[in-house]
Amino acid sequence: MADALSAPDIRSGRLTPEDYLENFDDLHPPLGAHEASVEADRCYFCYDAPCTIACPTSIDIPKFIRQISTGNPIGSAKTIFAENILGGMCARVCPTETLCEEACVRNLAEDKPVQIGLLQRHATDIYLSEPDRHPFERAPETGRKVAVVGGGPAGLACAHALARRGHAVTIFDARDKIGGLNEFGIAAYKSTDDFAQFETEFVLSIGGIVVECGKALGRDITLADLRRDFDAVFLGMGLAGVNALRAEGEELAGVIDAVAYIAELRQAEDLSTLPVGRKVVVIGGGMTAIDIATQIKRLGAEEVTIAYRRDREAMKASAYEQEIALTDGVVIREWLQPKRLLGEAGHVTGIELERTAEDAGGRLAGTGETVTLQADQVFKAIGQSFVADPLGAGDVPALEGGRIRVDGDRRTSLADVWAGGDCVAGGEDLTVAAVEDGKVAAAAIHAALSA
Amino acid sequence: MANLSSNFIGIKSPNPFWLASAPPTDKEYNVVRAFKAGWGGVVWKTLGEDPEVVNVNGPRYGAIHGRDRNLIGFNNIELITDRPLEVNLREIKRVKRDWPDRAMVVSLMVPCEEQNWIDILKRVEETEADGIELNFGCPHGMSERGMGSAVGQVPEYIEMVTRWCKQHTRMPVIVKLTPNITDIRNPARAAKAGGADAVSLINTINSIVSVDLDAMAPNPTIDGRGAHGGYCGPAVKPIALNMVAEIARDAATHGLPISGIGGVTTWRDAAEFMALGAGTVQVCTAAMTYGFKIVEEMIDGLSDWMDEKGYTSTDQFIGRAVPNVTDWQQLNLNYVVKAKIDQDACIKCGRCHIACEDTSHQAITAMKDGERHFEVIDAECVGCNLCVSVCPVEDCITMEQMTEGVDPRTGKLIDPAYANWTTHPNNPNRVMDAAE
Repeated sequence: MADALSAPDIRSGRLTPEDYLENFDDLHPPLGAHEASVEADRCYFCYDAPCTIACPTSIDIPKFIRQISTGNPIGSAKTIFAENILGGMCARVCPTETLCEEACVRNLAEDKPVQIGLLQRHATDIYLSEPDRHPFERAPETGRKVAVVGGGPAGLACAHALARRGHAVTIFDARDKIGGLNEFGIAAYKSTDDFAQFETEFVLSIGGIVVECGKALGRDITLADLRRDFDAVFLGMGLAGVNALRAEGEELAGVIDAVAYIAELRQAEDLSTLPVGRKVVVIGGGMTAIDIATQIKRLGAEEVTIAYRRDREAMKASAYEQEIALTDGVVIREWLQPKRLLGEAGHVTGIELERTAEDAGGRLAGTGETVTLQADQVFKAIGQSFVADPLGAGDVPALEGGRIRVDGDRRTSLADVWAGGDCVAGGEDLTVAAVEDGKVAAAAIHAALSA
Repeated sequence: MANLSSNFIGIKSPNPFWLASAPPTDKEYNVVRAFKAGWGGVVWKTLGEDPEVVNVNGPRYGAIHGRDRNLIGFNNIELITDRPLEVNLREIKRVKRDWPDRAMVVSLMVPCEEQNWIDILKRVEETEADGIELNFGCPHGMSERGMGSAVGQVPEYIEMVTRWCKQHTRMPVIVKLTPNITDIRNPARAAKAGGADAVSLINTINSIVSVDLDAMAPNPTIDGRGAHGGYCGPAVKPIALNMVAEIARDAATHGLPISGIGGVTTWRDAAEFMALGAGTVQVCTAAMTYGFKIVEEMIDGLSDWMDEKGYTSTDQFIGRAVPNVTDWQQLNLNYVVKAKIDQDACIKCGRCHIACEDTSHQAITAMKDGERHFEVIDAECVGCNLCVSVCPVEDCITMEQMTEGVDPRTGKLIDPAYANWTTHPNNPNRVMDAAE
């Protein structure tokens, strides 16, 4: 009995098969045709619409909503894809509450914005329901070749836009399939039914794109080779590094990188095989923290606590995302930073956290007072970092703040190399921002290749 | 509670809300349900001669919907009653006996021969109905047979048939007019000349409610083809209001009792018709949309409004708006208004701006100091009310009268005196001062 108490309570299959289905079903069920029609009618078709201005990819939102309301969802989807070829995924994962829907003028009137994300999903779902449909026709071959490193949202958007203009694109991806965070990172209940791969197929169906998986930059390919063999290179490899807790005991079993766990979860054939602790602590305050906390709770963890070093207001996860976690029964504790991981027999059993406070200058400091939480698993979700080593040595793009420096065209310090997505400086860590990077870079690459 | 009772050309009803001659008044069963629900009266579905007409077995109705399926306009191709005359007469008599305080008016449509009218009038009189309504309005089906709107479009026929009816019955005669004419005043004058006690209007408007783009045929489609129907419902109310007002203010027909019909859905619609001279209103589409219970809202709403306004009987406001309906040339050209946007209420959708910028007078800003900001430029504003019409926020934009100073648009001093087109210097036909 004493053993049972002290041993970490980590088990798989905590729930019934029905529970898994329910817990990992669509977070927001799609709108039916009538619902969409009614919701579309709420759009005021604003002049110089604030929603469009707020959209990183500048989708003509009033236009696509009007097309839904006039019974033309296919045309609506084309309007969306014209600016954002990953409009289907963005409709699912965009934090619309801080983008288009926050800008909706209806907020001023009634605190209830038009449900732009769900309408976008409605139109794109209808479009994509016919597998072989594609909104664009590829321009005649230009004979120019572009290498895209990383098949995530930035790389896919860039590759599509370039292929559309007739260039020959090769996507190199370190993993065994492309999709990037859409495939490996997004919370499962936001992208159900293997939508990420489905959308990837849709993007590639423009033609002219070769995909080479299992090719990591710096391992299987080098930037120098790519620059030699291609007319231009786009870097969209994301962030490979995980920030460390820098707390004693970090090496204990059960102290897990949240990003890796989510990737495993997303790829799991059977969710009941995943190891789930009874008591779980998540360290961090971003989207990853919310995503891991919510999903581990939905996998059957009994107590899930997010510990964040500042208050909820300061969390990078939006209030709306926090709400999802809280609704699921996750506890968010503020003003706590990790001090020491406690363990027995090489496995984590708890975490000692130190209370924090801001000094007069707004600088965060530990107060010395500590709190200990029992934990069978501790997830690290305190951010990722760019790993520059794969760029190689010598003639490499200049960095800024640890990530690749780009100009407004997403061009790096090297004239033939562009970059976008999470790996560039000033990035917003958003799918939709990555898409915009890829789109802007593609336009610039096309201009450069056409010059 | 205000007294809503109505005495319309001697026909008494506890309230001015009647059901129009239409599907809801085709049978005893429906009419009894209506009376139980509180309707003040009915105009029984139009009776014709035997053998009874037949209706299509395909769809009879079509509709224009708002986005949430709210019914905006309605269209039908149903004919007059398709039940034997005797059956209808028996039921009418029974219902009138059982509900003596309710108005029972019988709508009639027979060929334009005096004897046909004499025959049917005699039989209707036996039911002890309170009055008759001559259906000169239905625009579909029956009009192809020389009845309905085919009569209503020829003032001479209206006068002739009305005269026959007045001559051959003691019952009050209401003439129901078709809106499918150029000037509603002519048929109304004809009805009056024929001795009509009242007119009722409007009947339905010729319409094709929509086109099925797959079948390439009008809706409702019957075996691949469609015929025009009669349009009604909320969408036709403005047309009906104007026609009622035209008759109410025409010197030749002023004072002729009117029963107002056309899109009446709420107490407010009814009050508007009454303000323009209608003594009662007749309802059909709203009842067909929601059922008979809506009369409760109508009764309560009208009563509450009357209480609020201090009216104790409907006579006190019937026709009150008529003197204020005038010709364009009588409008005061010295009355100057400017739109004003309440910045606290403004949600910055920009619709006022783009409407004004693209289609009107470039009188609303979109930007101020680099910020999204919508403000009226008085020097450009003609006071047209377009911005008010398109603004999604009620009362956010208002039209404010300028009572003094200089209109920045025209550079002219505001003139408090009334002046209209008839004397305007730009009017080549202006009325000259006799002394000049």
